[in-house]
Amino acid sequence: MLEFLARFGETLLYTLRDVTPIVVILVVFQVGVLRRRLPNIGGIATGSVMVLLGLALFLIGLEQALFPIGETMARQLTETAGASALADAVRWEDYWLVYLFAAAIGFATTVAEPSLIAVALKAEEVSGRAVNAWGLRIAVAVGVAVGVSLGCFRIVTGTPLPWYIVAAYIIVIVQTYLASRTIIPLAYDSGGVTTSTVTVPVVAALGLGLAANVPGRSPLIDGFGLIAFASVFPIMSVLGYAIVAERVERWRSRRERQEVES
Amino acid sequence: MQHTREEHGLPRFALAMGQQTLGALRDLAPIFAVIAFFQIVVLQQPFPDIANVVVGLVCVVLGLALFIQGLESGLFPLGEALAQGMARKGSATALLALAFCLGFGTTVAEPALIAVAAEAAEVAAEADFIGDSQAAQDRYALELRVVVAVAVGLAIVLGVLRILKGWPLHRLIISGYVLVMVMTLFAPEEIVGVAYDSGGVTTSTITVPLITALGVGLASAIRGRNPMLDGFGLIAFASLTPMICVLGYGMVA
Repeated sequence: MLEFLARFGETLLYTLRDVTPIVVILVVFQVGVLRRRLPNIGGIATGSVMVLLGLALFLIGLEQALFPIGETMARQLTETAGASALADAVRWEDYWLVYLFAAAIGFATTVAEPSLIAVALKAEEVSGRAVNAWGLRIAVAVGVAVGVSLGCFRIVTGTPLPWYIVAAYIIVIVQTYLASRTIIPLAYDSGGVTTSTVTVPVVAALGLGLAANVPGRSPLIDGFGLIAFASVFPIMSVLGYAIVAERVERWRSRRERQEVES
Repeated sequence: MQHTREEHGLPRFALAMGQQTLGALRDLAPIFAVIAFFQIVVLQQPFPDIANVVVGLVCVVLGLALFIQGLESGLFPLGEALAQGMARKGSATALLALAFCLGFGTTVAEPALIAVAAEAAEVAAEADFIGDSQAAQDRYALELRVVVAVAVGLAIVLGVLRILKGWPLHRLIISGYVLVMVMTLFAPEEIVGVAYDSGGVTTSTITVPLITALGVGLASAIRGRNPMLDGFGLIAFASLTPMICVLGYGMVA
């Protein structure tokens, strides 16, 4: 218990260091530049304390429960998958369990990502519920799942990272011209939003573990790149979802019109 | 007066917290399910240290609930009030200064960035870009962090300028992508992975909601701007410019 409290205090200090500059900047501009008193100062103060405490609790819980399991699991899976492979012949099929785990954990961590929850809520509010918060989060999570899984495949095969990322960019550019204008800013944002507190540590551990255990890969060179996958693929999946939803909607309304006319 | 308000406030707060806790449980359920499935079915091992895990899970659920509730009652309104006040004040310089401060200030101390910068310094030392000494690595890591923080500051400035001028987002972002692709051809191979990753790690859990609130607040305060079309997009800049700056830094350093 004492040890837990000590660690909680340490994490709280860490979060405080992260939050303080933000609050200072906001207050300096509100009071110094706008020369206006803070609106509803009590609400803001309690809100900030709740954010601080909540984030600290969240982080310490992750460190206590999820990260150790996630890391051990990534190590065990990469070890057992590689055991059947010969030292110098890496067969990418042998690692199918790793791809499956990567997709599952990428999806699950993204659904739990606090910053994505916040942005999805905002998007739902701003769009007047045209964007559904859950739908957006699922679309983003599917993108991360595919991205992280493909990123693991890249580490196993050792193909160059730029090929994948450049190809992904080209797809995103094409999709941009097909999608409706209103969804584009949100889709671009969803790339950066997903890679935050929960996803980055788990995904980074997976990449480093995989690069360390696959023969012929170096963790320092090949371990990077998974986060890049996790931040490009959601853009693709959100745009793709929007394009499909729009086409379906258009097709349905055209059919209804035809029914009315006939 | 004070007393009655508290009586009304407390049950409402408890209700909100209860709802948030249920929401947090639902948000976290997939992670629990994935980990339990792989641990029990695939790896066929019991959970190590089950008591610790349960305590940790309770912390995670409560923490997420508190965090979301706090954002909605404190930081979101503050961010939006500030954005709207600044928009009404009409001083573009002050607004751009705020944008730069927010971007730089929130990134330079970001824990995920500190970790990635240290790893990048190790890669650079391994590849013989810099000396093998700890001092050289530390300097490289610090420079990289400042480069990324300046990049994010500039990104928010550019994003706010875009909202003010109403430039279409996709042209700017696509030009950024093209720039990244071209720079990839010329940058040293070892820096490319770090550079691509740096785009994702800069946007932390507190920065993202706040910057989103800033963008949406601005876009709804300025006449002729649509919050959905113009309010989003700041995060997209914040995850693009670090890639460009780190690639550039790798080519120069």
